[in-house]
Amino acid sequence: MTDKATITLTINGKDYAIAVEPRRTLADAIREDCGQTGTHIGCEHGVCGACTVIVDDAPVRSCLMFAVQAEGKNIRTVEGLANGDTLHPMQQAFMDNHGLQCGFCTPGFLMLAVGVLEREPNISDEDLIDVLSSNLCRCTGYQNIIKSVRAAAQEMRK
Amino acid sequence: MAESKQKKFIGRSVPRLEDRPLLTGRGRFAADVNFPGQWAMRVVRSPIAHGRLNGIDASVALAMPGVHAVWTFADVAHIPPIPFRLTGLKALEPYQQRVLASDTVRYVGEPVAVVFADNAYLAEDAAEIVELDIEPLAPVMNATDAPGPFDTMQSTEPDIIRKGYGDVDAAFKAADFVVTLELSVGRHSGVPLETRGAIGYYNEALDRLEMHGAAKVPHWNRDTMGRMLGRSRDNFQLFEGHVGGGFGIRGEIYPEDVIVCAAALHFRKPIKWIEDRREHLISANHSRQQTHRVRAAIDAEGRILAIDNEFFHDNGAYMRTHAATVPDLAAAMLPGPYRIPAYRATAHLRLTNKTPCGTYRAPGRYESTFVRERLLDAIAANVGIDKVEVRKRNLLSKSAMPYTLGLETLGTHIVYDSGDYGLLLDKALERAGWPKLQKDMAKRRANGEMVGAGVAMFVEKSGLGPFDDVRVEVKNDGNIELITGAASVGQGIETAMAQICAETLGVDYTSVNVIHGQTDRIGRGLGAFASRVTVMTGEATKRASTRLRTHVLKLAAELMQADAGELDIVDGEIVHIGGVPGPSMKLADLAKARPGELIAEDTFESTHMVYPYGVHVAAVRVDAETGGITIEKYVMAYDVGKAVNPMLVEGQIAGGLAQGIGGALFEEFLYDESGEPLSVTFADYLMPTAHEVPESSILITEDAPSPLNSLGLKGAGEGGTTPVGAVLASAIDDALQRPGAILTLPVTPQRLRAICKK
Ligand code: FES
Ligand code: FES
Repeated sequence: MTDKATITLTINGKDYAIAVEPRRTLADAIREDCGQTGTHIGCEHGVCGACTVIVDDAPVRSCLMFAVQAEGKNIRTVEGLANGDTLHPMQQAFMDNHGLQCGFCTPGFLMLAVGVLEREPNISDEDLIDVLSSNLCRCTGYQNIIKSVRAAAQEMRK
Repeated sequence: MAESKQKKFIGRSVPRLEDRPLLTGRGRFAADVNFPGQWAMRVVRSPIAHGRLNGIDASVALAMPGVHAVWTFADVAHIPPIPFRLTGLKALEPYQQRVLASDTVRYVGEPVAVVFADNAYLAEDAAEIVELDIEPLAPVMNATDAPGPFDTMQSTEPDIIRKGYGDVDAAFKAADFVVTLELSVGRHSGVPLETRGAIGYYNEALDRLEMHGAAKVPHWNRDTMGRMLGRSRDNFQLFEGHVGGGFGIRGEIYPEDVIVCAAALHFRKPIKWIEDRREHLISANHSRQQTHRVRAAIDAEGRILAIDNEFFHDNGAYMRTHAATVPDLAAAMLPGPYRIPAYRATAHLRLTNKTPCGTYRAPGRYESTFVRERLLDAIAANVGIDKVEVRKRNLLSKSAMPYTLGLETLGTHIVYDSGDYGLLLDKALERAGWPKLQKDMAKRRANGEMVGAGVAMFVEKSGLGPFDDVRVEVKNDGNIELITGAASVGQGIETAMAQICAETLGVDYTSVNVIHGQTDRIGRGLGAFASRVTVMTGEATKRASTRLRTHVLKLAAELMQADAGELDIVDGEIVHIGGVPGPSMKLADLAKARPGELIAEDTFESTHMVYPYGVHVAAVRVDAETGGITIEKYVMAYDVGKAVNPMLVEGQIAGGLAQGIGGALFEEFLYDESGEPLSVTFADYLMPTAHEVPESSILITEDAPSPLNSLGLKGAGEGGTTPVGAVLASAIDDALQRPGAILTLPVTPQRLRAICKK
């Protein structure tokens, strides 16, 4: 087996000192070593987007990144979205527009949409659908997800 | 008596109670469950579709630090094969799956050994170096080939299901025309976003074995696995957490579930197994794959005199929990909303060296609706009438209801409980602007565009009995606890049950806490499948809540020195009816005054299913160059009898549509001729994304409430999926202006280009 490296991951502003093998994915490190199980794993090969987190302001697929690569970077996960009991506008919009059913894909969609809208608040509708088509959802048929993100985009622009 | 001031919740699109934990990362899915000291399990799977398993050498794996054990068949030989849950036929029993392969392997992905190690990375490393000595045998890959030996003794055709009524042969003799088609539906499946997972835990202090990560049918699975492992109801319990999509396939007993439980008991260690995506695509239940050879006898006006349908159901390598459910339902539900005077179905159950099958959303109906509606289109083309007219001529009328079909399935006679099929067809066509759509399309076609429209009708079924129990209790804090043996697969049952309970009892729906999927909390339960929960558990909830209300008012009447008939419960407070002034009392205070007494339980039993029905209309554009299809318009009309929460019903229908489109245009499990699966990642098993699923228009109607329950409920889980293959095929035919061009699903770009070139 490979030797472990000691690294510090900064997740939602909190530092986690962990020891990981170099081959350990960021997704596994976030979930298992740092206990933040809101980030989900649906495919482990970069297609479904369930594992999407925001690393230094960009949405990334945490199953395609090694934990050691994320050292020193600022990682945001679904657990950090709400402000206490107040949901982030994106979370609220998903609730209001029935943008989730089983909720498994939801953290990935939330982080994807938040990451993109923070960088590009005036993103065109076409580009928005392009971005959202990079994550898979098996339950909702997407229309309510698109509706939710549109509603949140308006709210976030305020 | 004055009107009650109780709030109405049934029929309102209130937000879901389920959402907050799921939106904040506090969901508890199978992979989120951990126990201290747990071992990870990894399954070693056959890389060969058909072969003789001569030996397994695990010595190198076992020598790795952190690897605790490797089990092969010898370690689980005492565990019987996994039995059937539904539609078991005696002749199918020899085809049940053992939890690990013994001397032959029958599909790529079949579990042959399991490795137990300190963590998942190690377990996977070790599993990779377990050596298998398998001598390949010729695989059987086509369910339409003549039956032959499967392995040493068995036949590839364990049984044939025959159903029918009327004099089919006489009808064919008397017919003006006979229409014949050969149609096939591809192999695809639920593919939930969360892969499967199971955690076995043995609680030594209580001598209690637990399985976490349960879904769908926890009580049945507990009882059955308990029998397989020699555990009783008292010392074996199943726990359901959040479930990342069910769609029929999750929660049936699979080999892995049984092994984690057996291993937890044997090693006295928590055993965690989480499937990866490749494993899921080759080992969880597949579904759908059928080939139908169908004939219709018709008169000169296109009226159906008889249908004769012979079909071949590719069930893969073993008969799993569902046994013959899918072909049985396909055979029984093929007639759909039409009057078919004589009918015969011959379903060949066939084994092949592919992943074994189970049910997937609208099982047997997706397939048979494709067949029936293709047949209706073919009849229209044959007699020269349009596709709406041919349906109108054959539809069952409202006055025919209730309609006894003369067929049985899932142990009950099919009796369409209520329906006005013609009315729904009119409403759907109106919503779609059908006449104008036809004109626009014709004009665009004249300009060289390949555009077309289709329509398809169907009858669904839901609310499978025989029973459901619900227990409701007012807790000391005034909140209501509702316990049911139903299960959640993400469809929103907590909210729907809370709405029914809240309105019946007189509280706010957010104060109802619905507990499901915990076998230690209620004695029996049937879980969630076949769109049964809203109907069965919903009616049981209504009954238990009514009983609780009566009981509460009686107890309150004593304390409030009033007549129970003068009291009402409004917003969790017991008051005098109609706002008459007088003392009132909070439910919480009554609960504190009479601890443990504010509780009621009731059951709903039903021997017949209920039958929602629907119409889909689609308009598409075909790109002959790329073989791509753009869905320009999609309308779904569905009569659900009564929608408890229209927002959730629409959500189910919209989600169902995406899965229907997947099966119609993209999704297919492909194999090469040696039986090697070719669809093993999301890059080669293509599911629709936000790009491919169009904005749809959903019309929910309540024209034909079910007479079989007090709210008139019919389930809504499957009607978004059922006719999608049928209606898209019809629309593509129209775009190509070639009736009968589409005979096979999915209509992948490759297939469509080949059709366009012909
Ligand atoms: S789990 Fe990372 S993209 Fe699917
Ligand atoms: S809500 Fe279930 S996968 Fe998206």
